[in-house]
Amino acid sequence: MTAPVTTPAAATGAGQLRRRRGYGDRMFRAAVFAAAGIVLLVLLGTGLFLAKEAWPALRHYGPLSFITSDRWAPSNATATGTHPNPYGILQFVYGTVLTSLIGMVIAVPVAVAVALFITDVAPSWLRRPLSYLVDLLAAIPSVVYGFWGIFALIPALYPIANFLISTLGNVPGIGIVFAGPFFGVSYFTAGIVLSIMVLPIVTAICREVFATAPADEKEAALALGTTRWEMLRMAVLPRSRSGITGAAILGLGRAIGETIAVTMVIGNSVLAISTSIFAQGATMASVIANEFTEATEPFHLPSLFVVAFWLLIISLIVNAAGKLVVRRARSDIA
Amino acid sequence: MTVLLAIVMAATLAVLAWVLVYVAAQGLKYLNLAFLTQTPPGNPAQPGGGFANGIVGSLIIVGLATLMSVPTGVTAAVAIVEYGGRFAAATSFVTDVLVGIPSIVTGAFVYALWVTTFGFSGLAGSIALALVMLPLIIRTTAEMLRLVPVALREASAALGVSRARTIVSVVLPSAMAGITTGVMLAVARAMGETAPLLLTALGNDLFMETNPTQRMSTLSLQIFGNAVTGFQAAQGRAWAGALTLILIVLVLTIAARLIGRRVAAARS
Repeated sequence: MTAPVTTPAAATGAGQLRRRRGYGDRMFRAAVFAAAGIVLLVLLGTGLFLAKEAWPALRHYGPLSFITSDRWAPSNATATGTHPNPYGILQFVYGTVLTSLIGMVIAVPVAVAVALFITDVAPSWLRRPLSYLVDLLAAIPSVVYGFWGIFALIPALYPIANFLISTLGNVPGIGIVFAGPFFGVSYFTAGIVLSIMVLPIVTAICREVFATAPADEKEAALALGTTRWEMLRMAVLPRSRSGITGAAILGLGRAIGETIAVTMVIGNSVLAISTSIFAQGATMASVIANEFTEATEPFHLPSLFVVAFWLLIISLIVNAAGKLVVRRARSDIA
Repeated sequence: MTVLLAIVMAATLAVLAWVLVYVAAQGLKYLNLAFLTQTPPGNPAQPGGGFANGIVGSLIIVGLATLMSVPTGVTAAVAIVEYGGRFAAATSFVTDVLVGIPSIVTGAFVYALWVTTFGFSGLAGSIALALVMLPLIIRTTAEMLRLVPVALREASAALGVSRARTIVSVVLPSAMAGITTGVMLAVARAMGETAPLLLTALGNDLFMETNPTQRMSTLSLQIFGNAVTGFQAAQGRAWAGALTLILIVLVLTIAARLIGRRVAAARS
């Protein structure tokens, strides 16, 4: 006897039993849909309220001036002056992009390697413990990462940074990016901390993606006499490309929003864009956390809401794109 | 080549060990009973004292946030799984989107929504944390509800039980252990949150505050505030606080995983 395939909704609800819907059922249904409505309201409300708080600054300075102005100098703001806009946000976008990029460049290859190890190289009894341990990296609170970053990571980074400065810093062209001096807090440090924080998410998705690679293709490769690595390179990695991309995009979405750990190790220099990765800077999230409670200048707080609004939009786009890519990758593989 | 993979794996585990061991080593130097029961001294350069106000504040704020988000989240998950339809599908999509919103943006939203009218308070912090926890609870609850066998619901309907009663008395209890796991993980996440609280609860480093309508401190806020001062004594307290926070979060996370595993084993 085969079991009919039904969804939970069909099983409890649209019944074959023609019954008048009871009063209790109607109230319950209303409560349930009210709860769902709250979720929708939260998303809408976030966008609306952020825009409402940002509006005074947008109206006063004009929306475009926030990205054409080249410095963030709240002390220059006056109640009536409109040009130049003292609240240029470009360096925060730059800081967010740069730190996230450094984080992803480190985290994605490591995550792929770790996921490959867990799914295909490690003995099967090791799989769950190893996955738990990697996921534990995600459980550590952001403030602890920042604290550890200041006192444990930065001293360890000095030799690496100085080495990079002395070698790559002297190469004409890209030398600007690796110019010293290194004072500990920097884009580079923030990028490293971000890579550690983002690793568990990218690894988890990659693990799922690799686990769905068809076993018969892997076995066929091994039967032809390939080494384990050749088998991975032939049967697992090529079909996982879009899955890895999706995992990277979702990790990027997480890195963009990370606030406290970044603000503790990035140096919080908000004036203008610094080209070296060893310089101090700020990200969109870190400047909001840093300046929010002391924003007393004219239009300071509304300008921080402009930053928050754009952070919301960017993270929504990145996360939606990541979800789309992962979903399509899953349907491609399976 | 597989050796290289093993090396990378070992390096990752080494970083995890480095963070945990370093925090433990620093924290144990300053962690004692006085730390857990006293408030900080008025002068931050003075050693001694503790984060009792932060610990109590964390418990109150996260407790209120849990009270707000669990009923709403479980009910919304019921809407998504048990009722279906386009509205529920939209809710599911929006939940996925909300998971990815940076918590500082949520804090800014609650500031605009609540703090501008009612001022900084522990309650505002709870609302912000509830909004952070809500999508996580909805997602895990929905997953757990989907795992309940359809046959159970059909049997209940065949007995003439109303839909509401089926969900409340049959489906939810069946999924309860899994839902508890999800709630514990969300609570662990909320305990570690700092950014939204900066903008809503604001923190109170001086004395114990148990009234949620006033500014309150949490463990995470106190660690943050004390870590970035230049005072050795304040940083020592921050290390003890960091160790306490990590222990709380790890206990919650590991307990949740163990319960979750027992649920999965019992099911199969």
